[in-house]
Amino acid sequence: GFRAMGRAMGLAGLLLGLFLVPAVLVSTSLRRGAPLAEPQLDAVEWEPASGAVPEDSLWPLPQWVRTSQRQLQLSPGRFQLVHGTGSSAGPACGLLQDAFRRYYEYMFGQSRRRQRGRRQFGARAEPQLSQLQVVIESPDPGCHSYPHLGSSEAYHLTVTEPVAVLKADEVWGALRGLETFSQLVHEDDYGSFLVNESEIDDFPRFAHRGILLDTSRHYLPLKSILTNLDAMAFNKFNVLHWHIVDDQSFPYQSIYFPELSDKGAYSYNHIYTPTDVHLVIEYARLRGIRVIPEFDTPGHTQSWGKGQKDLLTPCYSGQQPTGFFGPVNPILNTTYDFMTKFFKEISSVFPDAYIHLGGDEVSFDCWKSNPEVKEFMKKQGFGIDYAKLESYYVQKILDIVSSYNKGYVVWQEVFDNKAQLKPDTVVEVWMANNYADELSRVTGAGYTAILAAPWYLDYISYGQDWKKYYDVEPLHFLGSEKQKKLLIGGEACLWGEFVDATNLTPRLWPRASAVGERLWSSSNVTNLQDAYQRLTNHRCRML
Amino acid sequence: AENEPPWGMPCTQLLVSVATPGCDEFPSLDSKESYKLSISEGSALLLADAVWGALRGLETFSQLVGRDENGAYYINKTEIVDFPRFPHRGLLLDTSRHYLPLRAILETLDIMAYNKFNVFHWHIVDDPSFPYESVTFPELSKQGAFNAMTHVYTASDVQTVIEYARLRGIRVIAEFDTPGHTLSWGPGAPGLLTPCYLGKDPSGTYGPINPILNSTYQFVSSLFKEVGTVFPDFFLHLGGDEVDFTCWKSNPKIRAFMKEMGFGEDYKKLESLYIQRLLDIVASLGKGYIVWQEVFDHAVKLRPDTVVHVWKESSPPYAEEMANVTKAGYPALLSAPWYLNRISYGQDWMAAYQVEPLKFEGVTEQKDLVIGGEACMWGEYVDVTNLTPRLW
Repeated sequence: GFRAMGRAMGLAGLLLGLFLVPAVLVSTSLRRGAPLAEPQLDAVEWEPASGAVPEDSLWPLPQWVRTSQRQLQLSPGRFQLVHGTGSSAGPACGLLQDAFRRYYEYMFGQSRRRQRGRRQFGARAEPQLSQLQVVIESPDPGCHSYPHLGSSEAYHLTVTEPVAVLKADEVWGALRGLETFSQLVHEDDYGSFLVNESEIDDFPRFAHRGILLDTSRHYLPLKSILTNLDAMAFNKFNVLHWHIVDDQSFPYQSIYFPELSDKGAYSYNHIYTPTDVHLVIEYARLRGIRVIPEFDTPGHTQSWGKGQKDLLTPCYSGQQPTGFFGPVNPILNTTYDFMTKFFKEISSVFPDAYIHLGGDEVSFDCWKSNPEVKEFMKKQGFGIDYAKLESYYVQKILDIVSSYNKGYVVWQEVFDNKAQLKPDTVVEVWMANNYADELSRVTGAGYTAILAAPWYLDYISYGQDWKKYYDVEPLHFLGSEKQKKLLIGGEACLWGEFVDATNLTPRLWPRASAVGERLWSSSNVTNLQDAYQRLTNHRCRML
Repeated sequence: AENEPPWGMPCTQLLVSVATPGCDEFPSLDSKESYKLSISEGSALLLADAVWGALRGLETFSQLVGRDENGAYYINKTEIVDFPRFPHRGLLLDTSRHYLPLRAILETLDIMAYNKFNVFHWHIVDDPSFPYESVTFPELSKQGAFNAMTHVYTASDVQTVIEYARLRGIRVIAEFDTPGHTLSWGPGAPGLLTPCYLGKDPSGTYGPINPILNSTYQFVSSLFKEVGTVFPDFFLHLGGDEVDFTCWKSNPKIRAFMKEMGFGEDYKKLESLYIQRLLDIVASLGKGYIVWQEVFDHAVKLRPDTVVHVWKESSPPYAEEMANVTKAGYPALLSAPWYLNRISYGQDWMAAYQVEPLKFEGVTEQKDLVIGGEACMWGEYVDVTNLTPRLW
């Protein structure tokens, strides 16, 4: 239940004037952000609200929304976002302080309206909303910690006169609730700020809701990345999958191996210094977004070879080296010495519990051409099955990374090629062909999965392609209830071959918003006309 | 360092010499854009017949100037003789499906100049909105714009665009597309559009311009008189594409008119009737006109110098249409393979680049009738947030 507000109206009064909106009703107890069982439809009658519907610009649609026709006014000069009594978070909670200011600005802009207007307080008969009180219920609110897969993002929002209350287990739920509250505040034709009396109970359907950015095919300046984190917060995304290096360039400035970016970045101007990286991580944290870096090996590593001699496999034509290089050389001890030291740095720089280790699209041609590699294959008894060599390498990297107490995410090939994975490995399914079958296989083998395959947003096409992203149902694959629970979410990917700061934002948004709702909202939120209405409003607000 | 060519004498000036005056004129289809650029030791010369060629030459000169790794500006000894293959090289922007603020149009004109485009085809109004502020009919934008205060082009805006374009050697050809694509005209011009019928009663919806009323032609005459004065280019684009006959067919007065005229069930004849009268009106204003291909396809009587704008990729294949249009003796513009609003993944610039406009069956005289083409950026999914990276 929710806290009494010291007003005669109370819960009974709230229920009196309410009309239900066509959203699914679920149990009102707060939940942690784990995938839920299918909600039951309540027997309560509802009538559609007349006129403009206040939730016509909510995105993603919360799990449970009730609004009434009754509107409350907010005065920018007087309205405040505050910590409520009993909250385990207070003014020392920098994360919430920052959020309060940010959301105030989103709602009211930075206009002169902040000052008190000339009209007398109390001159208006309309009911006022003077505050939104934020109450964190868990004894450890999380103000100074990093979000993680198990973080609670649930919240309960009650908007009634004169004070609205936002309750959440942890600060992460408060961030989600602040975003929703800001989506409820609207202006009338005369410029007054209004919010309808409402009650919202919300939590994400999937715990892992990510965006992949590729800063190797094209460098993305810090500003681009930060703007993108803002957009992610508007859409309740909570993971930035930072595909930071690849064949084309190595912009990550390593402390132990400065030559990697010295020689591998496009230029000295196209790097991420340790300060830049910390800035991204903290900016993300303040928005409840995890940063999972991907250092993709053994393929996709051409740029690594520029600054790290002998890391990559020399390719051969007959007995002669061609001067070209292939994937990371899996047969040398120096390779693993390097990786041990490199991933030690990565593990300490990036605080998230997971690192993405890549492992996709390893071409075997170069390995096959190299006489020493061929010799090694013979010695190991791998025959001509180079997938075994790939797994040999991958397993050693997985062990290295585990020794630093990190979990890992890998692309599906690592699973497909039968490497020995730790039970809590997350497998990212990206190949579009029959991805449902792959999900069955991955979860059938007991591994956690995230889905990217239908959401490669770099594949642009003419028209309203957001609809096809919206129509994806991640759990449409053959498997038991237990298996379905292993699908923890998904990612919208914007690979960088044709993307840089000049076109990233309009290409990614609002198309990624479709994925955001699919991953947050209930599975039966599928009506495209309703989504179109809300998305149109949401997009204009994001601008 | 060794093996580097020695620096020549520094260039201090680019001398620009124009044979024919014309600084205060507007560019036209016949404008000369040729130029010669001679850069050598101690001399940099840009020679052009007309100021328009000088503009093209300045752009080229700016592309030749490089900076070495120390930051020094340099230019190689160069001889360039240049002129355009086609005299009409256009870009279409659609400011009806989404309003484009002035700065977006001006930015586009700058980039057009970098690429030697010389026609801005301003598809200014259409079904969704009417942003053009008309002096004669102010209600058109008052009722038809997305927002009459903010999403309009005032007379001053229009003049700004025209002058900004002129200074870059770019013609502005306005398109007021009729009789279809005119839903936004309805609210501000009651009686202009055809009321559609459901059986015996008006359905409440409207269709193309009503071709059977005298008031229609009075209106069109006044509007185009204004448009013809506001836009100085010789040509106006009159549209004429995608006229949906359903509404006309449903209207009993129109059906009666069709019977009276002996048109039978061939509504193309009714469409032609309207277009012909429109063309006469515009001709009497001393303007030339460009029309979309349907006007030609539906056998409307056209003046010999009507430019036919080919936009359909198939039915018939555009190469065939180009052949048909030029065979009938009309100048042709090609846009069909250059609908840049139809985005797709990857390096689609190559497909646009590989188009050969003269690849169609025809004799030399026909090929000579192809005056150029236009890249089109229709606005259904385009506004100021994504126009520039989508177009360039």
